Amino acid sequence: MTMVTEKDINEQIAWAKINTDVLKSMENPRPAYWVTLAVCIAMVACAVVAEYIQYTVGMGTANLNNPHMWDMYIAAFVFWIGMSHSGTLLSAILHLIHADWRKPIYRFAEAMTTFSLMTAGIFPMIHLGRVWNLYWVLPYVSDRGIWPNFRSPLVWDAFAITTYLTASMLFLFVGMIPDLAICRDNTTGWRKKLYTILSLGWVGSDKQWRNFRKIYLLMACFLIPLAVSVHSIVSADFAMSIMPGWHITTFPPYFVAGALYSGCAAIITLFILLRYFFRFEDYMTLPIMEKTAKLTFAIAMVWTYLNLIEFASVWYGHDIYNKELLIAKATGAYAWIFWTMLFCGSVLPFALAFRKLRRHMPTMFVVSLFLNLGMFFERWMIVAPTLSMSQEPHQWDIMYGSIVEWAIVFGSFGWFGMLFLIFVKVFPSVSMYEVKEMVFHRKRSLGEEDLVRMTDHAKPATQTTGREGT
Amino acid sequence: MSLNNILNHWSDYRKGAEEGGHHEYEHRWAMAINLDLCTGCNACSTACYAENNLAVVGKERFEKGQAMHWMRIERYWDQQELEHPEQGASFLPMMCQQCGAATCEPVCPVAATYHTPDGLNAQVYNRCIGSRYCSNNCPFRVRYFNFYSYYESAWPEPMEQQLNPDISVRDKGVMEKCTFCMQRIRSVKDTAFMEDRKVKDGEVVPACAQSCPTSAIVFGDTMDEDSMVNKLWKKHQVERGVYQKTKLAKKDADLRGYRIFEELNVDPSVMYLERVREDI
Repeated sequence: MTMVTEKDINEQIAWAKINTDVLKSMENPRPAYWVTLAVCIAMVACAVVAEYIQYTVGMGTANLNNPHMWDMYIAAFVFWIGMSHSGTLLSAILHLIHADWRKPIYRFAEAMTTFSLMTAGIFPMIHLGRVWNLYWVLPYVSDRGIWPNFRSPLVWDAFAITTYLTASMLFLFVGMIPDLAICRDNTTGWRKKLYTILSLGWVGSDKQWRNFRKIYLLMACFLIPLAVSVHSIVSADFAMSIMPGWHITTFPPYFVAGALYSGCAAIITLFILLRYFFRFEDYMTLPIMEKTAKLTFAIAMVWTYLNLIEFASVWYGHDIYNKELLIAKATGAYAWIFWTMLFCGSVLPFALAFRKLRRHMPTMFVVSLFLNLGMFFERWMIVAPTLSMSQEPHQWDIMYGSIVEWAIVFGSFGWFGMLFLIFVKVFPSVSMYEVKEMVFHRKRSLGEEDLVRMTDHAKPATQTTGREGT
Repeated sequence: MSLNNILNHWSDYRKGAEEGGHHEYEHRWAMAINLDLCTGCNACSTACYAENNLAVVGKERFEKGQAMHWMRIERYWDQQELEHPEQGASFLPMMCQQCGAATCEPVCPVAATYHTPDGLNAQVYNRCIGSRYCSNNCPFRVRYFNFYSYYESAWPEPMEQQLNPDISVRDKGVMEKCTFCMQRIRSVKDTAFMEDRKVKDGEVVPACAQSCPTSAIVFGDTMDEDSMVNKLWKKHQVERGVYQKTKLAKKDADLRGYRIFEELNVDPSVMYLERVREDI
């Protein structure tokens, strides 16, 4: 093999250039950024109109009916919860195992976690019949001694999601503090005020760095079990019931694998978008893209394996309801969705096995979108067919969502996109201090230059006062 | 106060959680429905609409599956390959089975559905937030959701005069279902209490049983040894908490009693008596 192993990042890149590149991204993105943001806001507007209709007229406007009490809202809820997982994978798990290629891309992945959780959290609310009584799910102390039903998986959901959302927001924020200090030192106007408050007086002293490292590691360790448990609990919404196709023991790992899968695919999508919008070619490099794609491929295979386990255990289990449901999924009215799901989820990822395709941005963009389409279908195939064909044959029914339901689900993508795009414009979407670390360590491991000389060489090049501290 | 409440009743709570369906009952209301007598006339369903303030949703919403017939007659064709008169319909009146180990109860996030000392699954409309999980977890699919508000539209003036004042009219976003005519049970119990006696068998008659022209529906308390319904359950050897696995193997044609989805262990309170066929 004559192939030279490519570098994840050019380690000769000067620290000052990292600062200027990232700071510049917050000022002047390509015009495509504004177009995408406008599209997202328009999608949110459609959803708001649809939700207004649904709120005032009733849940029936979503075409929900007696067997189909849940439909796309719950599928979208599971989908968005799932998407949040890969941010944690990149920022926490890969942090613990010292995979330093994550450093240029973990920040936006972590932001993706937070915002997809915010999107997911909306769905249980808008699907409620009486959303104005939502707070009854929370265990607040009431004079009448009425508590939520702690046996209900929906209550566990409420706990799990709020905990995960809080933790991942804090994790995102804490990891950003040194970068916010850099921003503070290099901006003026409202940005300066904002970053001054948010950087919490960071000056980059040894003590601050030591505390920062500790808390960051601690939060990473805290977040990993949380990520696994939150999707296991979401899967309990289904697995704790007695419905065929829902009451399945492998659901928790199946959901977690599916979550990581769709999250990784979403990271590829956003990777390509950000790289284009903000001209991040030096940081979001092809080798990093390849590594993400390989990770996605591995998770896709895990997901496929868990799918096969589920089919096999249903088939050989001979539970009549489950087996009939599986046959109906593969041959019935929803068969096209079932097979599209399997194609997108299990066959299409093989495109990621080819080096040429992994390095071709437009292909990867389309493939990653289709992977997530497959994952959306997967969520829908979990929720709806069980309700279409439960134990009671008199109530079998085929149903598709109405325009109101579609508008709200589409709008959720706009909502996520809007939050995400605003975030990457206001905050540094590439972690400056960690890229510097990455460059530093790689350079040192090369042993080409004297360590002291290198740091001395780098210092005068910074345009800042050096208060950013790395 | 609320903390005291939960601490004082901790042992009850633990018992309920450990032994599924543990309750200290005063009554166990139950039904026996003789399918041999059912003609599928829908009188029970109509009576239920009148008694329980059920909204008539209209043709379009009915076809969408948004109807709210607490009591519905399920029709199955015996021989699907034949044409209409010959194919022979079987009817199954289906309403909430008031399961002893109801699957709807544990999944409600706000405990809006719970087990009463009467052995009924009560649905507290005011507490319901409309997550609809209970309906999804009901194997019988007998829970009906108010997808729209019918408060104004279903009873135009002077129709609201015929509403039953003993129970509420539900608004949109709330789950509802058959209550075994809880308001009638309540009033009979109140009368019995005032007269300082026990509730007599046959005193409580739900609207469906009252209106059934062939008296296919028998209602009563299985904790009352002498009640009609208890005798029927005993006669057909249907017992609570016992899965009648062996019944199919029995050749005794007189044992016609069964409960639907017994294999799911939900312990329904409604026993059906199989229809007797001429050619078998």
